[in-house]
Amino acid sequence: MGTALDIKIKRANKVYHAGEVLSGVVVISSKDSVQHQGVSLTMEGTVNLQLSAKSVGVFEAFYNSVKPIQIINSTIEMVKPGKFPSGKTEIPFEFPLHLKGNKVLYETYHGVFVNIQYTLRCDMKRSLLAKDLTKTCEFIVHSAPQKGKFTPSPVDFTITPETLQNVKEGSQKSGHPCSRPSSVLPGQRQVCRVKRALLPKFLLRGHLNSTNCVITQPLTGELVVESSEAAIRSVELQLVRVETCGCAEGYARDATEIQNIQIADGDVCRGLSVPIYMVFPRLFTCPTLETTNFKVEFEVNIVVLLHPDHLITENFPLKLCRI
Amino acid sequence: MAVFPWHSRNRNYKAEFASCRLEAVPLEFGDYHPLKPITKFSSQVTESKTKKVNRKGSTSSTSSSSSSSVVDPLSSVLDGTDPLSMFAATADPAALAAAMDSSRRKRDRDDNSVVGSDFEPWTNKRGEILARYTTTEKLSINLFMGSEKGKAGTATLAMSEKVRTRLEELDDFEEGSQKELLNLTQQDYVNRIEELNQSLKDAWASDQKVKALKIVIQCSKLLSDTSVIQFYPSKFVLITDILDTFGKLVYERIFSMCVDSRSVLPDHFSPENANDTAKETCLNWFFKIASIRELIPRFYVEASILKCNKFLSKTGISECLPRLTCMIRGIGDPLVSVYARAYLCRVGMEVAPHLKETLNKNFFDFLLTFKQIHGDTVQNQLVVQGVELPSYLPLYPPAMDWIFQCISYHAPEALLTEMMERCKKLGNNALLLNSVMSAFRAEFIATRSMDFIGMIKECDESGFPKHLLFRSLGLNLALADPPESDRLQILNEAWKVITKLKNPQDYINCAEVWVEYTCKHFTKREVNTVLADVIKHMTPDRAFEDSYPQLQLIIKKVIAHFHDFSVLFSVEKFLPFLDMFQKESVRVEVCKCIMDAFIKHQQEPTKDPVILNALLHVCKTMHDSVNALTLEDEKRMLSYLINGFIKMVSFGRDFEQQLSFYVESRSMFCNLEPVLVQLIHSVNRLAMETRKVMKGNHSRKTAAFVRACVAYCFITIPSLAGIFTRLNLYLHSGQVALANQCLSQADAFFKAAISLVPEVPKMINIDGKMRPSESFLLEFLCNFFSTLLIVPDHPEHGVLFLVRELLNVIQDYTWEDNSDEKIRIYTCVLHLLSAMSQETYLYHIDKVDSNDSLYGGDSKFLAENNKLCETVMAQILEHLKTLAKDEVKTLEYIKKQSKQPDMTHLTELALRLPLQTRT
Repeated sequence: MGTALDIKIKRANKVYHAGEVLSGVVVISSKDSVQHQGVSLTMEGTVNLQLSAKSVGVFEAFYNSVKPIQIINSTIEMVKPGKFPSGKTEIPFEFPLHLKGNKVLYETYHGVFVNIQYTLRCDMKRSLLAKDLTKTCEFIVHSAPQKGKFTPSPVDFTITPETLQNVKEGSQKSGHPCSRPSSVLPGQRQVCRVKRALLPKFLLRGHLNSTNCVITQPLTGELVVESSEAAIRSVELQLVRVETCGCAEGYARDATEIQNIQIADGDVCRGLSVPIYMVFPRLFTCPTLETTNFKVEFEVNIVVLLHPDHLITENFPLKLCRI
Repeated sequence: MAVFPWHSRNRNYKAEFASCRLEAVPLEFGDYHPLKPITKFSSQVTESKTKKVNRKGSTSSTSSSSSSSVVDPLSSVLDGTDPLSMFAATADPAALAAAMDSSRRKRDRDDNSVVGSDFEPWTNKRGEILARYTTTEKLSINLFMGSEKGKAGTATLAMSEKVRTRLEELDDFEEGSQKELLNLTQQDYVNRIEELNQSLKDAWASDQKVKALKIVIQCSKLLSDTSVIQFYPSKFVLITDILDTFGKLVYERIFSMCVDSRSVLPDHFSPENANDTAKETCLNWFFKIASIRELIPRFYVEASILKCNKFLSKTGISECLPRLTCMIRGIGDPLVSVYARAYLCRVGMEVAPHLKETLNKNFFDFLLTFKQIHGDTVQNQLVVQGVELPSYLPLYPPAMDWIFQCISYHAPEALLTEMMERCKKLGNNALLLNSVMSAFRAEFIATRSMDFIGMIKECDESGFPKHLLFRSLGLNLALADPPESDRLQILNEAWKVITKLKNPQDYINCAEVWVEYTCKHFTKREVNTVLADVIKHMTPDRAFEDSYPQLQLIIKKVIAHFHDFSVLFSVEKFLPFLDMFQKESVRVEVCKCIMDAFIKHQQEPTKDPVILNALLHVCKTMHDSVNALTLEDEKRMLSYLINGFIKMVSFGRDFEQQLSFYVESRSMFCNLEPVLVQLIHSVNRLAMETRKVMKGNHSRKTAAFVRACVAYCFITIPSLAGIFTRLNLYLHSGQVALANQCLSQADAFFKAAISLVPEVPKMINIDGKMRPSESFLLEFLCNFFSTLLIVPDHPEHGVLFLVRELLNVIQDYTWEDNSDEKIRIYTCVLHLLSAMSQETYLYHIDKVDSNDSLYGGDSKFLAENNKLCETVMAQILEHLKTLAKDEVKTLEYIKKQSKQPDMTHLTELALRLPLQTRT
């Protein structure tokens, strides 16, 4: 058991806002005393962009990896070269989260093509014989509450065979035989091969309390199956991220699923409202973000599966914010 | 060897007695008497108890300081501060916690936030459900451990280290394995679930929280599977057990995070008391659970950790419950959804019983979805599974009953009435009616019995059997009484339906419940009718063979209500009813119940021929069940019951009848030794009773009768196995014979006893342990000697022939080497002989001339006596000599003895002895 290096951030949830001071301790624990060439701490915040092979081609994607955008980067030297005594040594630190110029501290976001991440890295340099020690630790940045009054934007919707748009050709609403809803992504524009006349009759009504959502509050609403000839197998809420990366050749826009939440299982009672309720997952969602280089947007699909194999989706773009 | 001539000291017993006797002092009312304080104290026990508890059982101070001076040692033990309970209370933290818990509960009862003890807990229902909902069909468990794999998105590229490892961890547990276990029997299934429960605990203990969560998710997913639907209720029970475990683990872990070294979180903490780490962990759990894809696992897992909301906000639980209630609306299958509601109500009652609204909401939501049971989807499913509606609907009651019970707990009358009305509106459905009856307060139902009967009659059965409804009603009526005027009509209406039931199982389940009501409110005539009806239904095709438990219950209920056995046995159908118990073990069980009740409730001795006949029959049945394989305990139990019966039989002054009863009993119960012993005692008592009636002067007739009694004993004793039992009974019966002036019979008893002594083994079995018999033999012989003092010599035998014979036997008996027992007996013989040489003996038997009056102090007799003494004395001296030879042993013996607390005076002797031997 050699020397262990650890970073402990003061706040349990590791969440910080711009302008605040990130504080904590670096803990060095070892049985024997440790000789070292200095300990430094680096704070780094970057946006990583990735081009999807689908939208720009395999080679392009390979070559044209967009350069990461650096939001914040600073290093401090914590300890000059010397020696730590045996046992546990705690070195406190503080980092003010200040930005130079007109840079913005984007909110932490873990996506597929866009990743916004903040890390603290502690390096302990040692003599040639011993390996350098490094410890990385992620902390989370929440953007400042948005100014202006939050106004809810409720949406009512009705779904019948007649309202489906892409029974013949691709569009946002679709009714078609397919295996699982997770394969249906808005970006993929699937084509249904069933004629409208062959569809069972159904009438679904519902509303979302707001498509402007506060990220800390769940998405809520109601769905009523007024009638349906076919038995209902499942009703699901599919949360989708739409990420756009700008690059030399233009931009790539990709939609991928974040999570899929079932709200009804089996043939639900007709005329009884089923609640729509979904908590926005942390890290994987952030307030809707639009910059010159990239965009992160969110959508929700209400996916209804009918017996035996009909799939109906209704898409709603969301606007997430933090208040 | 020198002979020591023996002369007994002459004693004047009368004068000695007068000089030794304590003087009786009359006691004035206010005077001190040592027994007085105890009686006075006992009336104050309750008061002193509380005092003592406060003083933490410092009994020493009480006894020294209290003015009442005597503390009753028994009552001081009873006040709960005895060492065992004190030890248990202090040493066992669980008990301590439980004690704290209970005190807290007491405190909380007022503010209504904790359920009282009058609420029937889920644990009571658990076993019932597991026992009732079983299947012989094959089951399957489908565990898909990798299902959460894609949850966090398809891309792992450019993801932070932490998230990646977390995802890897997710995949790690049996790498995306779909484990499908097919063709499981019910027992296998239960075992598997138990294994899962164990692996959940293991995973938790080894800090694999993700794995634990996965197990719980997979388990709750099983609840969405309704194949083999008959088993669903039991499956629900098994899986919610796991959920409960999980909920407890999570709660305890977060709770422990709030406890730092300095302070312990009070039980009623507010969210401000919880620290940030705890809150963050708690939030994490809720976020993780909120992202579970499927509805049913998400619901169950969130419900299972409902209590954890306490760490986050004060209103958390009250916000969560309505949301979870609404969430259940998404469950399409009505059976799955009603069980989900039952689980939510269960958790809700546990965590926040004051939130009644949720319970009501669940009930009304349930009513809204009620029509689904008869919908196409369910019907199709039943067809596929080949399940009929009448066996499908009874799957609902456990869940419904629970929901109804939660709502009706301490609910105002108005709410119950409203609920009933709502149920009525729904086409008076039998299923609902049944749950109303099984969950609502019995008094509520009982007062409306006629209404319910009306509703039951007119409700459309729609697959739910009516006999179950009558059963539920009967259960209520057993607990609470309907209005006086309706009682007979209720019985008539109910029985009209019950008697028409074709299936014996349905019939007996229903009838069993109604017997209680009948017994409670009606006379033997009605009970007889009911029993007759049961017999009529259960006899064809030997249907009773499948219903022994229910039939047994019926008997128990009847016995419980008819304490007068003459009335009970005059119920004509009672004995024919007993004849239905044809399996021996059950039959004996029933007989035991009857005898138990008889012993408990029969106050007066009886000679009622009806009772005697019936009970003799019952006892014979019990006795005849005894065989070589019967356990000792069982034999003891049976003997106890039969003895209880024998003791209660009395023919008053008709002694001959009594004796012939004992003769009959002996032939009936010859296999149970304790019964025979009891019979001998009873017969001896009978002889003494006769003597008492005749005031000691037997007429020719009574003398003959008494001899008959004696003969009874004499021929019964040899059939016993226990050697000391036989010895003591010989002695005892001999004494009785002597008292009744049957001298030659008494001699015969004593001779028999003497001839039995050589057969006494060295070791005897007492309660399964081998013990040396010497001390018992010594005790018996001493007792024997005291009797021999007054036994007159037989004119044809020599002087003191019994004593001589006994001495010979003692002489020849193989005693333990080096034991003093023989010598002790000889010293006792010396006592006897000395007492015998007195002019008048210490005691006599009325109307029996002992040797003192026979010989009248004849010098020949005395000489004979003294000679005997000398012989005995010689034996004793001989023994002392051998002791003296073995000085070392003697010294050792004395030293050993001196170590005992009351033998310290021997220490000095031990010090002196070696000196003497040296000189």
